[in-house]
Amino acid sequence: MASQNINPELAVRLGDLREKHGDSVKVGDISAVVESMMATMKGDLSATDIELYSELEALAQYIHAAKADIAALRPDEVKDDYLPTAADELDAIVAATEKATNTIMDATEQIEGLMDKVDPEDASVIMEATSTIYEACGFQDITGQRTTKVVKALKDIEEKIDALVEAFGSEIEKFKNDNPKADEESGRELTDEDLLEGPQLEEQAQTQEEIDALLATFD
Amino acid sequence: MAVDMNMKVLIVDDYKTMLRILRNLLRQLNFGNVEDATDGTMALEKLREDDYGLVISDWNMEPMTGIELLRHVRGDEKLKHLPFIMITAESKSENVIAAKEAGVSNYIVKPFNAETLKGKMVSVLGDF
Repeated sequence: MASQNINPELAVRLGDLREKHGDSVKVGDISAVVESMMATMKGDLSATDIELYSELEALAQYIHAAKADIAALRPDEVKDDYLPTAADELDAIVAATEKATNTIMDATEQIEGLMDKVDPEDASVIMEATSTIYEACGFQDITGQRTTKVVKALKDIEEKIDALVEAFGSEIEKFKNDNPKADEESGRELTDEDLLEGPQLEEQAQTQEEIDALLATFD
Repeated sequence: MAVDMNMKVLIVDDYKTMLRILRNLLRQLNFGNVEDATDGTMALEKLREDDYGLVISDWNMEPMTGIELLRHVRGDEKLKHLPFIMITAESKSENVIAAKEAGVSNYIVKPFNAETLKGKMVSVLGDF
């Protein structure tokens, strides 16, 4: 068996690592474990040891490259910027549709109030039409429930990204230091693309009065 | 036996908009004595405090869901025969079976229309 050919010192080291980490190793610890094993391989090496050493070295390089690639995807940015924004936007959709639905129902109730003042035939038409509007307003409940499901899915994704950020924390920091974001560099002018963000959330949006005041400063 | 159009109807839903829709549709069906609750716990309190002729409840609510409310109602000596219609977006067969096993009187899937609401109420209460 292959294990019978392994350098005894290496076998002891493998035993120590297994005792410390168990049979599975966290993603963030793999590199350290491999490097630790490589460090034990010194002195007279058998052909098997050398082959194992080469395999381990290739594995270590692969892990380093994979960690750098994952760090370059900036999972911290997804967690800190994109996911909260997505959740806020979804909440804003629910609030806006709820407000619009209630406005529609206010108006419909006023129309329904006219039923007593018209002849029975017209009252029947009003009744049927207002009934249809009330039924249609149920869309807000359905869209609200669907949106809640999406927000829950986003929270699940956030938890998984949290684990990823924790495992690759040092690589992410290194990547951030090596690659400062373009918009963090001073003096960059806003592009047309930067100016297109869609509707602002209510607490961030400027009122018409504020916009008028800003326009007036150009006069 | 004629349906008492003045009986109290309890509508239960955590979406205030849906409560308003149900209230309006019930008014158009000439049921004007409507109370509401936004979850099962509040609904159960109201049911134990007063006499109601019908419960129309959503399923998906917190902290007490519609199915839990239904089980409490069926387990309560005073309330166990109260007509109970579940009105929900949960449309899987498992949900319908669970509701039926818990003793639901009828089941409406959202989105629904006034005709369906009336039809289910007639099947539970009798013609009106």
